Amino acid sequence: MNKMVRMEDNPVSREDRRTVGKPFSGSPRMICRNVNVFYGDKQAIQEVSIDIGRNEVLAMIGPSGCGKSTFLRCLNRMNDTIDNCRVTGEIRLDDMDIYDRKVDVVPLRARIGMVFQKPNPFPKSIYDNVAYGPKIHGLASTRRELDEIVETSLTKAGLWDEVKERLAQPGTGLSGGQQQRLCIARAIAVSPEVILMDEPCSALDPIATATIEELINELRTQYTIVIVTHNMQQAARVSQRTAYFHLGDLIEVGSTKRIFTNPIHPLTEDYITGRFG
Amino acid sequence: MNFPLLLIVIFVFSQAAYWLGYKKAFFSAGEKGPVHLHSRPQYYGTLTVLWCVIPPLFILVAWSVFSETVLTGLALKTMSEYTGNLSPDEISLLKSDLRNIVSGRFIPPAADAALLEAADHYRHMRDIGRQGLSALALASMILGTIIVLVRIRPGMRARNHVEKMISITLITCSTIAIFTTVGIVLSVLFESILFFQQVPVTEFLFGLKWSPQMAIRADQVAASGSFGAVPVFAGTVMISTIAMLVAAPLGLMSAIYLSDYADRKFRAAVKPLLEILAGVPTVVYGFFAALTVAPVIRQFGESLGLSVSSESALAAGLVMGIMIIPFVMSISDDVINAVPQALRDGSYALGATKSETIKKVIIPAALPGIVGGMLLAVSRAIGETMIVVMAAGLSANLTANPLQAVTTVTVQIVTLLVGDQEFDSPKTLAAFALGLLLFVVTLILNIIALYIVRKYREQYE
Repeated sequence: MNKMVRMEDNPVSREDRRTVGKPFSGSPRMICRNVNVFYGDKQAIQEVSIDIGRNEVLAMIGPSGCGKSTFLRCLNRMNDTIDNCRVTGEIRLDDMDIYDRKVDVVPLRARIGMVFQKPNPFPKSIYDNVAYGPKIHGLASTRRELDEIVETSLTKAGLWDEVKERLAQPGTGLSGGQQQRLCIARAIAVSPEVILMDEPCSALDPIATATIEELINELRTQYTIVIVTHNMQQAARVSQRTAYFHLGDLIEVGSTKRIFTNPIHPLTEDYITGRFG
Repeated sequence: MNFPLLLIVIFVFSQAAYWLGYKKAFFSAGEKGPVHLHSRPQYYGTLTVLWCVIPPLFILVAWSVFSETVLTGLALKTMSEYTGNLSPDEISLLKSDLRNIVSGRFIPPAADAALLEAADHYRHMRDIGRQGLSALALASMILGTIIVLVRIRPGMRARNHVEKMISITLITCSTIAIFTTVGIVLSVLFESILFFQQVPVTEFLFGLKWSPQMAIRADQVAASGSFGAVPVFAGTVMISTIAMLVAAPLGLMSAIYLSDYADRKFRAAVKPLLEILAGVPTVVYGFFAALTVAPVIRQFGESLGLSVSSESALAAGLVMGIMIIPFVMSISDDVINAVPQALRDGSYALGATKSETIKKVIIPAALPGIVGGMLLAVSRAIGETMIVVMAAGLSANLTANPLQAVTTVTVQIVTLLVGDQEFDSPKTLAAFALGLLLFVVTLILNIIALYIVRKYREQYE
């Protein structure tokens, strides 16, 4: 079937950087149109348009420096913390333009959580790490409610059984994989709608990675997840849709299965077959 | 041979020694070339220089340290029939007379023939010693060079030897500071022991009256003196507390502003400006406190109907607080900047505001380091003298009222030691006891500070 598509259309040339595949979705949670990102005078992202569907895991892959992390950080305006970074275009969460002047980043980031490459638990107790978000957003009015939020978040992150006896111990004392799950629990605790993950397993060993991947699979039922990864097997295992970035351009988007078995764009093919990357 | 000439000879010879060692190594490698050597040829040269220079320098240093004592002893032996029944004090007097005669500074009018003869003997011995010294130094230099040259072989580990000697040199350098500290402690300690033989420790530590006025001459009318250090330390604590009440919030707030709010340009301009405060001489702060701040405080206080003395703890404390702002700020800023960006990102990503992030994540993470910086600033405040001398006065009042004049430990030490003093009077020795106590207090503060700072470092590295 796909072969036929390719034969009908002219084959895509290697130099053509327009997005191919199916970047748009029937029921999008986030809509991104013509997004450009500049660091000072240097453009890091060019004219990226993509939808992020409900309850799907979108994997973003591509060689180092291709702009996938930069794009991810646009989605919850984390790039605001970088002085000379400028974003143009439109990014919508449901019906809200997140770069609108009236939008306050603080509640926005509570709706779009983020997990980072390196586990970054606060130097506080495990309990306080998870309770931090609910406390600042006033999600719990009593200690019992807070306890409940902490327990459910840790349970969802698959960490509760391992840490329930030592909630008062510092989060920095956990192993790398546990720390990353603690960070996921911390993000879940403020009940976000979207969770952004920036190479969440790159600092972890294979066993901890497998646990996190399983967790991502379970979380998909409740949250929309965007994950940046360097590991193509990981993208294939956890995601439903995959987006391939190349030097600031979004080259190809499609179902993960299709991208990995039958890429349209020669650059995508080169990357996933390991010809460069 | 005189001293400078000797040094020049050693220096010139050392250059030759380098060349000799270099060439010897080079040729000992034979046809295989210098690659065959264990170390690069420069190391063989350097090793030769070290063995050429160190023995003569060692001999010269030993001579300049011990020669005077030995020579004086020998000279006094010639007049042993006189010195036999003299007291130690008289002997030390005789020794200084002898040295004066030898150096030709002046000849004591009462000098007798035996003393002059001893001085002649001293000079004679010294001349022999100096000539022997030159010969010995040069001989050791040549001997050292030859020994190394003979032993240079391709397999000789010249680099390891040189590195060993370099590390010994570095160790020596680093221990000099330690030995100096030990020396300071011991000198203060011995004088303090003399003081405590005259004034009981308990009176010094717990006495409530500080009035170190002693009759210096027997016919002088004066109080017998009381040496209770409590008012003096209370003054120090009060002024340091006022200073920290000024410096801690101002320094910490400016550090937070600079590290998390200010943009890069502003920070680059303001941080050096604030650090200029640290470069203002304390005596300048002192007259600023005495001539500007103190009158303002007095006028203000009088307009409120309070009686304010013209020299007040408040004036000194406020200005001292300004002085230590850069310490608090600089250390806090470094510590806050050392909190990883990942923690800030983690907090922002949860929807925390900047102030929530600072209050709940950054400050708790940086707290140990900030506390360490504060304690270092306290040590600095306690040791400060000039501002207090000029702005807070000299009277040792035991009071909790910051509008009155108080005095501090360092100021008392200065006033006790200024002018002509008798070094066996408790009045003078009290300065050493105060110094010792102050040293112990700041040492404890510094140890606590360093401990906290070190513990903090382990958290992120």
